[in-house]
Amino acid sequence: MVSINVTVDGRSESHDVEPRLLLVHYLRDVVGKVGTPIGCDTSNCGACTVSFNGQSIKSCSMLAVQADGGDVLTIEGLAGTVETDLHPMQEAFRECHGLQCGYCTPGMIMAACDLLKENPNPSEAEIREGIEGNLCRCTGYHNIVRAVQTAAASMSGTGVSS
Amino acid sequence: MIPAGFDYVRVNSAADAVAALQTSEDAKILGGGQSLIPILRLRLATPELIVDVSGVAEMNGIREDGDAIVIGAGTTHHDVTTSDLVRTHAPLLAQATATVADPQVRHRGTFGGAIAHADPAGDLPGVALVHNATMTIAGPAGTREVAAADFFLDYLTTTLAEDEVLVSIRLPKLGAGWGTHYEKFTRVAQSWSIVAVAAAVRRENGSIAEARVALTNMAPTHLRAAAVESALTGAAASAEAIKAASQAAAEGTSPTSDLNAQADYRAELARVLTGRAVAKAAGLS
Repeated sequence: MVSINVTVDGRSESHDVEPRLLLVHYLRDVVGKVGTPIGCDTSNCGACTVSFNGQSIKSCSMLAVQADGGDVLTIEGLAGTVETDLHPMQEAFRECHGLQCGYCTPGMIMAACDLLKENPNPSEAEIREGIEGNLCRCTGYHNIVRAVQTAAASMSGTGVSS
Repeated sequence: MIPAGFDYVRVNSAADAVAALQTSEDAKILGGGQSLIPILRLRLATPELIVDVSGVAEMNGIREDGDAIVIGAGTTHHDVTTSDLVRTHAPLLAQATATVADPQVRHRGTFGGAIAHADPAGDLPGVALVHNATMTIAGPAGTREVAAADFFLDYLTTTLAEDEVLVSIRLPKLGAGWGTHYEKFTRVAQSWSIVAVAAAVRRENGSIAEARVALTNMAPTHLRAAAVESALTGAAASAEAIKAASQAAAEGTSPTSDLNAQADYRAELARVLTGRAVAKAAGLS
């Protein structure tokens, strides 16, 4: 077992973990952050996307021990970074019907927030490229792209804190 | 899917990584883990020991060194694509790296990891070949340097020994007069190349003075399209001359047939994509 200290959604966590424990299993099973789903389990779908030290990553493709000393933000902590009940990206997904079954949504939102941090006013093509690591099998992406555009407008280029 | 158990050690220097590798018969180096962790999860590999080099400062970062830039093996794809040094002196690398997988993977995956993994469908070994890069490798006897042309030996196999670690990659600058382009053919976003071509062309007075062309996924390793390069040397920088020279792109290759493409289709792709890559590198389209 290896001792790790990780900040998860603003709270300091300390656990002894097996080296083989994946970050997504650590978040869900040890810390209880079940808002981050496991999708494809082969690092294709992006459903398990979280922010690690301010950058989007697929938490199924990182070991929990690699997160030692780092800062993880999951979908559960996202709204805590803003004053409103929902983060503007969450609000925009709701307003624009950017989801149907909702399984991809946590990862999609985390990836979209990361995209706006690097490029606060992306074009439609840049949005589609920016979320290429996230698969949605329901929406055809149309309303997801609209949601990201809407969030970009409402956030006025301020980006997202993490 | 959960990896089989392994011992884990985090090291702070390349020398410590080498020492750790020598403690086990079956050790693997972990950098960004974007190839290794999926392999572990699928249990295609079940190493006894994982040596985590992601915190090794000497293996991270990009610096200018005279007529070259030196990129630490642990530098992430994201840091490579956003580096002004890379964009200025190795725009081919910036362009090819931006096509690797997706943003999340580029935040974790590393340049050196992609080079050492040596997947024939990977985007970066071909860039190393075109740049005539040099690999700096740490091992029990100290460091050694290996030219990119001698580094890639076979499918997923390089000259790296079991107790060696890739420390950095030195890319001679492709400066004034050079144009470059990476032309990649995939079926869907974020997928591996079915075939891709990295090209660098130096023009002089309306003709091509020097051309370097590397092929992705046309053999068990990346390879230079030598016949195309010699046909281009001294040729007019015209669409017709480039198209004619590109007809030799599949010479000396041994592409596989798999679910994505048959070998003869890959050969045709190599010819077509070489034509496009060279034309764009020469500033024609």
